Amino acid sequence: MNSCPELLRPCWQGFFRADEDEWRGVTASLPPDGGQGLRERRMRYPYFPGCTLRAKARGFESSALASAGALGVQLDELPNWQCCGATFPLQADNSFSLVSPARTLASARKMGERLVTLCSACYNVLKRTNHVMRTDADRRDKVNAFIEEDYRGDLEVVHFLEVLRDDIGFDALARSVKVPLGGLAAAPYYGCLLLRPADELAFDDPEAPHILEDFLSALGCRAVDHPYKIECCGSYVALEPGDLASGPSRMVVESARTRGAQVIITSCPLCQYNLDISQQGARGHSGVGVPVVYFTQLLAIALGLSEDVLGFEGHVISPGPLLRSIGAMGSEATA
Amino acid sequence: MRTGVFVCWCGLNIGGVVDVPRVVEEISHYPGVARAVDYRYMCSDPGQQLIKDVIREERLDSVVIAACSPGMHEATFQSVAASAGVNPYRCEIANIREQCSWPHQNEPGEATRKAIELIQAAIEKVRGDEALSALSIPVTRRALIIGAGIAGMQAALDIAEAGHEVVLVERLPHIGGHMAQLSETFPTLDCSQCILTPKTSEVGRHPRIKLLTNSEVESISGYVGNFTVRIRRKATYVNWDLCTGCGLCTEKCPSRASSTFERGLVKEPAISIAFPQAVPHKPVISAEACGHFTKGKCGVCEKVCPVGAIDYQQQDALFEEKVGAIVVATGYDLHPKAKVGEYGYGVYPDVIDGLEFERLNSASGPTQGQIRRPSDGKVPKEVVFIQCVGSRDQENGYPYCSKICCMYTAKHARLYKHKVSDGQPYVFYMDIRAGGKGYEEFVQHATEEEGVLYLRGRVARVFQDGDALVVFGVDTLSGKKVEIRADMVVLATAIVPASGAKELARVLKTATDQYGFFSEAHPKLRPVESLTRGIYIAGCAQAPKDIPDTVTQAGSAAAKVLALFSAERLSHSPAVAAVDEELCSGCGVCVEACAYDARTLDTRRRVAVVNDVLCEGCGACAVACPNGATRQKNASRSQVFSMIDAVVG
Ligand SMILES: Cc1cc2nc3c(=O)[nH]c(=O)nc-3n(C[C@H](O)[C@H](O)[C@H](O)COP(=O)(O)OP(=O)(O)OC[C@H]3O[C@@H](n4cnc5c(N)ncnc54)[C@H](O)[C@@H]3O)c2cc1C
Ligand code: SF4
Ligand code: SF4
Ligand code: SF4
Repeated sequence: MNSCPELLRPCWQGFFRADEDEWRGVTASLPPDGGQGLRERRMRYPYFPGCTLRAKARGFESSALASAGALGVQLDELPNWQCCGATFPLQADNSFSLVSPARTLASARKMGERLVTLCSACYNVLKRTNHVMRTDADRRDKVNAFIEEDYRGDLEVVHFLEVLRDDIGFDALARSVKVPLGGLAAAPYYGCLLLRPADELAFDDPEAPHILEDFLSALGCRAVDHPYKIECCGSYVALEPGDLASGPSRMVVESARTRGAQVIITSCPLCQYNLDISQQGARGHSGVGVPVVYFTQLLAIALGLSEDVLGFEGHVISPGPLLRSIGAMGSEATA
Repeated sequence: MRTGVFVCWCGLNIGGVVDVPRVVEEISHYPGVARAVDYRYMCSDPGQQLIKDVIREERLDSVVIAACSPGMHEATFQSVAASAGVNPYRCEIANIREQCSWPHQNEPGEATRKAIELIQAAIEKVRGDEALSALSIPVTRRALIIGAGIAGMQAALDIAEAGHEVVLVERLPHIGGHMAQLSETFPTLDCSQCILTPKTSEVGRHPRIKLLTNSEVESISGYVGNFTVRIRRKATYVNWDLCTGCGLCTEKCPSRASSTFERGLVKEPAISIAFPQAVPHKPVISAEACGHFTKGKCGVCEKVCPVGAIDYQQQDALFEEKVGAIVVATGYDLHPKAKVGEYGYGVYPDVIDGLEFERLNSASGPTQGQIRRPSDGKVPKEVVFIQCVGSRDQENGYPYCSKICCMYTAKHARLYKHKVSDGQPYVFYMDIRAGGKGYEEFVQHATEEEGVLYLRGRVARVFQDGDALVVFGVDTLSGKKVEIRADMVVLATAIVPASGAKELARVLKTATDQYGFFSEAHPKLRPVESLTRGIYIAGCAQAPKDIPDTVTQAGSAAAKVLALFSAERLSHSPAVAAVDEELCSGCGVCVEACAYDARTLDTRRRVAVVNDVLCEGCGACAVACPNGATRQKNASRSQVFSMIDAVVG
């Protein structure tokens, strides 16, 4: 039914909604301490998964939820969430595209003051929509009239990385690591959606971000700095016929690989797809591929969680051999 | 009342729209008008003579001039009236040009009617005008100058040379400003220190210049001619009266601090003199770095000082100075490092800014003038200069052009070539702005004779790769992406106002623009006067500029100060607010309403009091007073109402 795994393509028909039965298995995964930490810390936030995490990027969500649990954060999935909007409309008079994300925001507000996201694209669209709802009275009124709500943008949209940095703290995170990743050379890849527009997202320095580097250091990895970490991955151009997107993607992978990166981490399903798939042809040239994984997958490994939550599947460059070679994954695991 | 009305044609400016003869005809029948006349140019000599003649013939006691804005010629006509025996405050202007003939060019009939009404209103006003006489205020002929860069020093010297005392306040321990950091200067490539030191030493020894370094202005009260300034001299922990500047202390000091003068390129002793030619040539202890202050341990300088000048107990000192005029010459800073993440500025040691390059190139700098890069001291063979960093950048910096960086970048590239003849300088630019005497030729010399490679385009990113800096840019003329492996990158970062400029403006009660540069009273006609009378601006405090422009503006500010000092007393308009003490309840609403701090409450008598000299006659208090106790001289309630009646009645 969810025929929108076509990479965040806007699902205008509106037929793609979360199928709760299908996903119950993963959301139920409990932290290893049986929820002790949860009760102590009582960090509990509404959480928006988004469609891709139910299609192409299941491992992103399962590893994130399990890691969050282990760190004492409970992410409560919004009931009846719908499309995040997929792209933020750049035309100032296009308010219709704000309807879907605004509806999500309004319902999240009823559950709490914060909304946690994982996918960079959802984060970007929801946070920017929230900004409009907070600051642009005209468009707010129009959208509210349509969705029959009185939502004023008074929700805080945060990325799971911000929860790790600001609520848990990277120092505390480092102390929770059970399987230190032994200096694994990991290249952070930010892409564009996490960082820009900087004044609206206020996530990190848009030109010289360091949250992923700090995260990697906390896990015991060596963060590999590389010049293409905030360049374009090729984005939606990947959906067009031809080979346009693989050019930028290959530059990103090469810039990380030549500086010694063994793995690339990202928080964007589209980046993950583009960077990984671009190596299909390139593998022939370089001989070595660099697996591209979600930051939460490394996190789950470092926290010593079950390999079942990693959900590596469909990789062009499989992360399995690398992670097994450094002893981060057991030999029998599938990857 | 015997009022004369003088209607000006202003050539065709008024006469081409308004039917002047008809206006004269109608007005001559208005009550109280003794005679109405018109003339082509009322402000011309014959026009002025006409006014005088009519005043005498008709024995007028008041005049109305229907002409251009009072901003243009009110003073002219007031003095004409006065010279013929009419009190100048009984001379009113009806503005029938800016407020009538210009905006109503296509409706001559309506314009004529409006002109008549405006004149009638002015007649009504003049009917109620009192014969006032100008207020006179004494002038303290002493100037305060804030900032001792080239601008402040030049203004100080000009004023002191003309015979007046100057108090020169500089917040650093030494004078000279940024010019002291420059190596050679465009467009002549003469050594900066060589042209600067004659000025610094003259300032240092001038008998009429009171130099207060390591000092800042804390507060100011008073008004033009009569300011009282409180100045804080920050502790230096060295008694400068005893110190001979021998430098023994700095040789022996074991603690180190990052050198601000060398822009952090080297460390200096915790007690140090910033540079060899510093004026005053006396050391200062940096309390953050000094072992005595941070650990309570060291006392080396105290032991070695042959004259016992070290004084760890020294406290900040507060002074009060009385001055009549103030020149603000606080200069500039450069766009901060943290804001240029894409070029790794502040992260990669070999990405430096223009002033750091000046220090590398300076004979007294950290490398004795050899171009060596900060990371490993290697002579860089490929150097990339990037212009407009933070300037002309709406999104990440400032929309304005910093004006001097095109020139100093060309200078840097040329100086680099002179020292590293086998090196290759590249310059990324947006446009070359070289408007100045000899400037374009200077840049052309760089491109044509000295092999500097100019690439028109922006740089997206600078990245450290091994010991090289990879520069990703674009050359928009060939349409190609460019990647250069450079040894050093020099950023022409934007010129921004000196830190604290906005706070200082608040203390001075004058204005800055949105960036923090001090605002001039008029961008073309009053470029060195601030919006506050008696306060003048010079140099980069007003906007980015080079040394020639800075010196010109400083001289011009000095000339304004001298003009102010040329009289013993100043006159101030008597059309100020007055309080009817019978009606005043002492509520204080007017005190809040006054933007010029001209009103206070006499708490004993519970009435408001006006300081005539501070009052600008704006009328805000009169509007605010709930009791109608405030009266605006020559703009009374009854005057205003009869003016309204004359227009709508
Ligand atoms: C890299 C570079 C190269 C340059 N090269 C050239 C060149 O070759 N030729 C040329 O013509 N121009 C050049 N310039 C421009 C030149 O530096 C300026 O034109 C000149 O220094 C301006 O002088 P100023 O007195 O206005 O400001 P500044 O030199 O900045 O002096 C201001 C002074 O005021 C002090 N101050 C600031 N705030 C306060 C306060 N609140 N209280 C007390 N004191 C205060 C400061 O400490 C400073 O001493 C260059 C500029 C740069 C950045
Ligand atoms: S040793 Fe004493 S006299 Fe010499 S410079 Fe230092 S403080 Fe001045
Ligand atoms: S007390 Fe010691 S550390 Fe401080 S300035 Fe004097 S010599 Fe240097
Ligand atoms: S002077 Fe030249 S380098 Fe400086 S901002 Fe203007 S155009 Fe750019």
